[in-house]
Amino acid sequence: MAGILVYALHDDEGNFNKNSLGAISEAAKLAGELGTEAAAVVVGEVGDEACAALGAYGAGKVYRAKAAPEGLAQPIVDVMAKVVADEGFAYALIGGGFLGFEIGAGLTARLNAGVTMEVTEVKVQDGKLVAERPVLQDSAIVDVGYVGEPGIIIGRLNAFDATERDGGSAEVVDVEVELSEWSTKATMVNRGEQRGEDVNIEDADILVGGGRGLGEAANFKLAEDLAAALGGAVAATRAVVDAGWYPYAAQIGQTGKTVAPKLYLAAGISGAIQHKVGMQSSENILAINKDQNAPIFEFCDLGVVGDLHKILPKLTEAIKAKKSG
Amino acid sequence: MKICCLVKEVPDAAVQKRIDPSTMRLDRSGEKNLNPFDTHGIEAAMQIREGGAAEVDEIVAVTMGPESAVRALHKAVALGADRSVHLTDGALAGSDVCATGYALAKTLESENPDLVLLGQQSDDGECYTIGAVVADHLKMPSLTQVIKIDVSDGKLVCERQAEYGYDTVEVQLPAVISVGDAINEPRYPSLKAIMGAKKKPLETYATADVGIEAASVGETGSKTQVLAVNPPAEKEAGEIIEDEDTNETVEKIVAWLDERKLI
Repeated sequence: MAGILVYALHDDEGNFNKNSLGAISEAAKLAGELGTEAAAVVVGEVGDEACAALGAYGAGKVYRAKAAPEGLAQPIVDVMAKVVADEGFAYALIGGGFLGFEIGAGLTARLNAGVTMEVTEVKVQDGKLVAERPVLQDSAIVDVGYVGEPGIIIGRLNAFDATERDGGSAEVVDVEVELSEWSTKATMVNRGEQRGEDVNIEDADILVGGGRGLGEAANFKLAEDLAAALGGAVAATRAVVDAGWYPYAAQIGQTGKTVAPKLYLAAGISGAIQHKVGMQSSENILAINKDQNAPIFEFCDLGVVGDLHKILPKLTEAIKAKKSG
Repeated sequence: MKICCLVKEVPDAAVQKRIDPSTMRLDRSGEKNLNPFDTHGIEAAMQIREGGAAEVDEIVAVTMGPESAVRALHKAVALGADRSVHLTDGALAGSDVCATGYALAKTLESENPDLVLLGQQSDDGECYTIGAVVADHLKMPSLTQVIKIDVSDGKLVCERQAEYGYDTVEVQLPAVISVGDAINEPRYPSLKAIMGAKKKPLETYATADVGIEAASVGETGSKTQVLAVNPPAEKEAGEIIEDEDTNETVEKIVAWLDERKLI
């Protein structure tokens, strides 16, 4: 069997990550073209039914390692390396996300295997998988092939859509894996702590995103006033959330939310890949940034090079006037 | 405690980067700089030293790269490293993530560090992966994109943002930690430190000096192959306006929003 093995991440309530489900669907599609099968690895105490349900996304088998903890990469590397070696998988495919980078990287070292990250598309060429990866701020796309097996593919966030099919049920196989000594030397003390208030940005038609260019936490008031005038909500980048300027629940990008509002107004956001992946599907993107070289100007619909501290207050007033007039 | 900081030389952010079509590799000519993400790793090492929770005997900057990469080491030393190690060998050219991680791990092995720190990504390759590759070769626990480190008694308590919120993780030393840019504000080097950087000890190793098998690095040791370089799908370029008269700019923005029925 030369199939494709996927890692399926879940939260503490047992819900599988959307990007993991997307990776299973993608693996199933590719496995079909290669004439092989897709399977998934699950760690921790996940129920039979929940594991079998991954069949609906295209997993033929689910390898479950109950004793391995979820949330840290190295124990999962132990599990995947064993399953790849025992079952002879030709590829490991990991959905876009934070942990995926660590798992894919660990597997590379463990299996002496090639890895490609930030992959946006995978295609079959001469019976082998070729990964497409955008590089240099998405200004070029490289096709990457693998020398030998297995090949490891780490997807970009939201690169693969989860598609459910009818009546699929995966066979659940329990695996016993002895963890490497070093994999037990990192332990989770507290997982998934929410910081700051709970805000809903996913349902908003209009979002004003604030980044480091706002200068300081207090200046989020400018974004809030503008959002209020537009009838929208305020979102934020990872940099300002990590800095404690804005709540985690408002964060867009790699480790935050993915949004696609009618209007995304980026204020003081450079548009790094980690942010872009969470908002690039927005219908209209308007960027205000004083750095004319900011990557966001490469993919916005309207870009304004200027000082947002001058522009935002006047824009807020003008929109209010327009709406009342 | 001995801390090794992995650093990398990257093209200056202001220089237009491109892929050389003849080699399918990133064209690394042009002005070079210390990867800005790695300066956070050095700063983290300095803060552990100055924080007093652990006694730091030595901070060593380690890099792999062509001759010119000594400039990145000099910057790392100016920022606080005590000495540096440069792995350089023609055999390393064209190494992919798999081969680079192996080569760096072998170099680090010769230093036997208690803690390896590095930036969460490189400014050019945008990989978040090297730390975890190195860690597995060294058989050490590892964590990436860490934004807070507390040192106590042979272990670290680290915080980072992962898929479901903030995780707090306890990591026993020795360990490999990649740090996020939110962890600190790197200091500016003093003029004295910049002037003195070239006088600090610098060891240069070839692959054989640290036990690297030549067949496992470079193009021969790499497990991935770039088959083609293509331009991205054409996207209609957006309109860019420069704010000269803010009232006028605002008028244009409002008209643009109005046209799209967003007001």
